[in-house]
Amino acid sequence: MTALAWLIPVALGLGGVGLAAFLWTLRSGQYEDLEGAAWRALDDEPRK
Amino acid sequence: MADALRVSPATPVPAPARISSPASARVMTLMVENMNCGNCIRKVETALSAVPQVESARANLSARRVSVVIHPQAKVNSEDLIERLQAVGFTSRELPPEGASSEPADRDSDLVNRLAVAGFASANIMLLSVAVWAGHGEMPGSLQTLMHWLSAAIAVPAVAYSGVPFFSSAYGALKNRRVNMDVPITLGVTLATAMSIYQTIVQSEQVYFDAAITLLFFLLIGRVLDQRMRREATSAAENLLGLVSPATTIIHPDGVSERIATREVRPGMALLIAAGERVPVDARLSRGLAEMDESLITGETHPRKVKTGDGLYAGTINLSGPIEAVATACEDNTLLAEITRLMHTAEQARGKYVRLADRAARLYAPAVHILGLLTFLGWLYAGYTWEPALTAAIAVLIITCPCALALAVPAVQVAAIGRLFKHGIIVKAPDGLERLSEVDTIILDKTGTLTLGEPQLEDPDAVDPAALVKAAGLAANSRHPYSRAIVRASKERGVTVLPVSGVDEIAGSGLRAIIGGVEVKLGSAAFCGIDRADEGRPALWLRSGTDAPVSFRFDDPLRTDARETIAKLTRLGYQIELLSGDRSAIVEAAAKQSGIATWQAELKPDAKAARIEALKASGRHVLMVGDGLNDAPALAAGHASIAPSTATDISQTASDVIFQGAKLGPLVEILAVSKASHAAAIQNFVIAIGYNIIFVPLAMIGVVTPLIAAVAMSVSSITVTANAVWLGHKNLKDMS
Repeated sequence: MTALAWLIPVALGLGGVGLAAFLWTLRSGQYEDLEGAAWRALDDEPRK
Repeated sequence: MADALRVSPATPVPAPARISSPASARVMTLMVENMNCGNCIRKVETALSAVPQVESARANLSARRVSVVIHPQAKVNSEDLIERLQAVGFTSRELPPEGASSEPADRDSDLVNRLAVAGFASANIMLLSVAVWAGHGEMPGSLQTLMHWLSAAIAVPAVAYSGVPFFSSAYGALKNRRVNMDVPITLGVTLATAMSIYQTIVQSEQVYFDAAITLLFFLLIGRVLDQRMRREATSAAENLLGLVSPATTIIHPDGVSERIATREVRPGMALLIAAGERVPVDARLSRGLAEMDESLITGETHPRKVKTGDGLYAGTINLSGPIEAVATACEDNTLLAEITRLMHTAEQARGKYVRLADRAARLYAPAVHILGLLTFLGWLYAGYTWEPALTAAIAVLIITCPCALALAVPAVQVAAIGRLFKHGIIVKAPDGLERLSEVDTIILDKTGTLTLGEPQLEDPDAVDPAALVKAAGLAANSRHPYSRAIVRASKERGVTVLPVSGVDEIAGSGLRAIIGGVEVKLGSAAFCGIDRADEGRPALWLRSGTDAPVSFRFDDPLRTDARETIAKLTRLGYQIELLSGDRSAIVEAAAKQSGIATWQAELKPDAKAARIEALKASGRHVLMVGDGLNDAPALAAGHASIAPSTATDISQTASDVIFQGAKLGPLVEILAVSKASHAAAIQNFVIAIGYNIIFVPLAMIGVVTPLIAAVAMSVSSITVTANAVWLGHKNLKDMS
């Protein structure tokens, strides 16, 4: 049972990291142009 | 112009760009009409970045917009950038700074933030709850209390944050002495949370944190989808206004011409409109003849001939040489602005549509609260203390938690939308299918909907090949739709088209060139010196020297299965009408050919919308099917609307459903699936309510533990989902 003492905080912490990562992607505008992002991945010409 | 574009340091960079820029840099947003592939992004960005004063350019393919950051001191205006894009083949317009505002997107992501937090919290609380339920009776009391405290630690801040949109809306309603749907939601969520905290403190067995936060999570999903839909509608309206070019050439009384911002044009000013340019404001042609592409306003593919003194509408394209005109109506008074306004108004009306789930919730929420209250009073009356009474009351609230109800409609719609998607049909509005299932009257547009929308050379095999070669050579120099039809027909017949040089285009008449010393003319009968009355059918004549003239006739053929589809829809009991902006003779022929008894011709966009309003007022549920910009108000006014994928962006945005392909048959499929999904949604409600009828009495007498409640909730949710999945596969009658 003592395993719960650290397993639960770890689980919550990992979940929290996921949440923070999602909120960051949202805030930095990564969902603004989903169509364009799909194409940009295929663009292999170097840009200035 | 430049001043209006200057972005103050406090103004956030427009959302699509997200470019970090020095506070003093200028940001300009252009709408690029034909940016629709991955390669286009690179072409657009490269072309703009090549301008020395441009610091960076970032294209947004989804929004068809590009944000350009310009060096603070640079003297570059939008005209230069638009020209630069024109050179690489893109048509663009500048969006007014207020049109590129980032506000709606911010509000949207605020809701998504709350949704993400609610999702995180409900998933973790569910995990803890499952552990408690699974260990029921075996788990030591201390561990159970720990789990409850952990749940509380996650749930309380999450509910406080994620519930704000509901709480504030409920508060606003109560302050104005009204009750909206958010009031019972707020009551249920706060009551369940508060009671759970109390239960945790007194170390009771039952807490309901999971129910409170999951409820918020489901409700927020609905809010986010709703918000996104509205944002799309707004951006469509902005793009529509972007069609008006922001700069216009005016001619001063002394003959000097000058480019000024379109918003500074006043009635009475003399305008110069170049070939291929859109008319900036409503105007009157002051000299000569012109041919105008008015498909934007009337939906008609055949250009209109305009004489001196005739009106020109903002947004139409000048197909002839440069023309001079006098402005008659500007900015908010133009026909184009009027169309935008009509669309907004119509959309607002549709926004008032109450979805099936909401209608159910309206009946459901009070019933749930009355049941909960009765339970509480019943227990008190039976001599118990307030604690078990309130616990039983909350058990009733939780058992009736609208989880199955929240799933009943969305699950069906996801299955139905997936089924349609396989047939190349895209459902855009979440509540579109529901509205489609109620339709009893169908209004069709002619050009581009009942027909394919492009004039085609009638019977090209009957035309003498030598004449066709000559005509195509002349026509290759013109952007007139008939000329393009001739060139297309020649290519289809395998005739090599060699453009003739030195062709004169005479506005409103035709084309003329000297080939081998002989004058060749392609144009109207009068232009070619032929004494024949126009038979009401569009035609061009070719006259080469003194040879006998050759005629080319055009029509806009119906979609191949139009007649069959109309017959099928009539058999299914739909009343069908044809409304067109086109000429009477042509509309009548199309109506007869496709088997539609009721038709009206020569209608302006507002007249179409008015006809729909009249039908709506007589209690009918109207489906509008149309493609042109002129159909946009009608599409927005209809109870439901469908557009082909060839439709203009605006029309597609105003529609609930978009279908692909050259056939009209998808209409039948869409209507059949919408009816079937409506029936499935009703079945789901019956299932969900059936579970409640079994479990609510048990909860009222206090024998339902959280475990039983959880099992009941899951089983009803799974049944409801299974019923929806079945819809995706079963055969629908009346569809073959």
